[in-house]
Amino acid sequence: MSEKNIILSVKDLEVKFKVRDRVLTAIRNISMDFEEGKVVAIVGESGSGKSVFTKTFTGMLDMNGEVSHGEIWFEGRNLMEIKDDKGWEEIRGKKIATVFQDPMTSLNPVRTIGYQIAEVIIKHQGKSKDEAKQEAIELMEKVGIVNAAQRYDEYPFMYSGGMRQRIVIAIALACHPKILICDEPTTALDVTIQAQIIRLIKDLSVEYGFTTIYITHDLGVVANVADVVAVMYAGQIIEYGNVDEVFYDARHPYTWGLLSSLPQLGEKGEELFAIRGTPPSLFEQIKGDAFAPRNQYALAIDYVKEPPFFKVTDTHYAKTWLLDPRAPKVEPPAAVRELHDRMLVLTAKGGIYGEH
Amino acid sequence: MSTNEVKDKEVLVSVEHVDVTFTNGRKKFRAVTDANFDIYRGETFALVGESGSGKTTIARAIIRLNEISAGEIKFQGKRISGKLTKEDRQWVVRNIQMIFQDPAASLNERATIDYCVSEGLYNFKLYENEEDRERKVDWALQQVGLLPEHKSRYPHEFSGGQRQRIGIARALIMEPSFIIADEPISALDVSIRAQVLNLMNKFKKENDLTYMFIAHDLSVVRYFADRIAVIHLGRIVEIAPAVELFQYPLHPYTNSLLQAVPMPDPEIEKAKKIVPYDASHEVLDDTSRLREVRPGHFVFMADSEVEKYRTKLEEMERTVSE
Repeated sequence: MSEKNIILSVKDLEVKFKVRDRVLTAIRNISMDFEEGKVVAIVGESGSGKSVFTKTFTGMLDMNGEVSHGEIWFEGRNLMEIKDDKGWEEIRGKKIATVFQDPMTSLNPVRTIGYQIAEVIIKHQGKSKDEAKQEAIELMEKVGIVNAAQRYDEYPFMYSGGMRQRIVIAIALACHPKILICDEPTTALDVTIQAQIIRLIKDLSVEYGFTTIYITHDLGVVANVADVVAVMYAGQIIEYGNVDEVFYDARHPYTWGLLSSLPQLGEKGEELFAIRGTPPSLFEQIKGDAFAPRNQYALAIDYVKEPPFFKVTDTHYAKTWLLDPRAPKVEPPAAVRELHDRMLVLTAKGGIYGEH
Repeated sequence: MSTNEVKDKEVLVSVEHVDVTFTNGRKKFRAVTDANFDIYRGETFALVGESGSGKTTIARAIIRLNEISAGEIKFQGKRISGKLTKEDRQWVVRNIQMIFQDPAASLNERATIDYCVSEGLYNFKLYENEEDRERKVDWALQQVGLLPEHKSRYPHEFSGGQRQRIGIARALIMEPSFIIADEPISALDVSIRAQVLNLMNKFKKENDLTYMFIAHDLSVVRYFADRIAVIHLGRIVEIAPAVELFQYPLHPYTNSLLQAVPMPDPEIEKAKKIVPYDASHEVLDDTSRLREVRPGHFVFMADSEVEKYRTKLEEMERTVSE
């Protein structure tokens, strides 16, 4: 979308899954460029396809899924031409690493923490056992494990959830990846631990210079980490822009809905705004705008024709007919317009962020 | 007698100096220490803390799933902790219902929705005949926005939000006066959360319900709760009306918990500094207890800390009035 350093470029991606003789289209023609060094947050409800989307970057789709159309360009090659696991090993973990949601299940319970980090170093960097151990301990210190040398030989069950997530991050970083995909890395953690892990990923991204792709449904986390935000709905990106643009000047009614249903913005005693209905079934062919049936601002054309991306600024795009010059002028809901003011009231004057 | 009693309100649930101790072999672990609070009829009382802080343990103690090792719990003035007659036990189960966090795990996968929702009715024979039972199930389902035709389906056929509604219907059908909701929206999507919160608020108004709302997310609680208790390592460190707590968070733990919650506002989020909680500044001795610092606002402190908190509060009051 701009001529900056594009590290990963997705073109017309479509992903289909076979589920009991039926075909589900999980990703419906996404094109997106990821700029090097930036933190991109992908936001969406469960089922919107945000995890599936990033899984295609490392060839980790489930057995019943396949990329039916599209290209993913990374370091001058189209990743979709990779056919077998052997080919993917060059990319997966080595160049593009992933930190998953649940640190309880992403570590091997019968291997020591140290072994699991060193294993990656030995495999991908071809180092000796001793060198690998040395590097693993350094990594453990980097991610904030105290007494790393002593804790090297401990097992995952001896670590708390937050510590385990730190180890998973250490493993991901062991190969100095170019891109780190964080798939809901803090959803299973407590808020205070979440704040620490977010901080850690941020600091490491500066130190190691990787591009971060953050998948989350928590708009608070997005506000904290992101440079760029992509909002996904029903297998498509429907709004895309710098974090300030998406939070303070959102254009898509779905983004409005997400923002105004935040309990933080709710006034006591009043009803919270709720997006009515549920997301569409992706088994069916979707006609027009997928959000139309839930959209209180839906126009007649929304039910007939899928909207293209309209440009708001050079960095901000939204996929809604409301931005068409012929569309009626629609004001975003009050909660969205006043978002920043309401948040200030909430946080200032001895409130949440007061330093006491 | 709890510390936070106000004359004009009727106390519905009273948790009095309750300890909950778990025993593992010879090791003892006190999960809750001296929990002491009242819940008034018609209010939403929130219990907020991190995992392992004992918030669910207190809830389970109230519905008699955990035994308490000290203190007493009363419901409508009647003791409901310790040994009870069968009648009293049933009375507790009928009147106090719980909504669980994970709607996928709390419904019987092999039972139809019809059975899931009417299970309580079956257990207590709360229906006159089959027709009456069906009428009640239909009513409960309709209340939560589901259709009678959903009755013959199984839990896995529903989405997370719908399953949570079934969980709510299951509680509602018992016509309880008190509902404990243990992180009812944590497992739900953002757009569905608002729906479920609105639904719960609607029932509160229509059916004269009282809620105890357990959560780790203070921002949700601010909107939903009337009063908030913050719990840390099994001990309640601060109780205050919701607005009050956000304006004057006095205990350092409350403060760091408030700060840790990410706010959906990039400018504020990017400017903030996280202050991790350091318990070493707190004094814990024989004189430590909840003390009232402003009307209805209690902070856990020792004698030697009273002065410190008073200065802190005065400072805050000055900032707010400016």
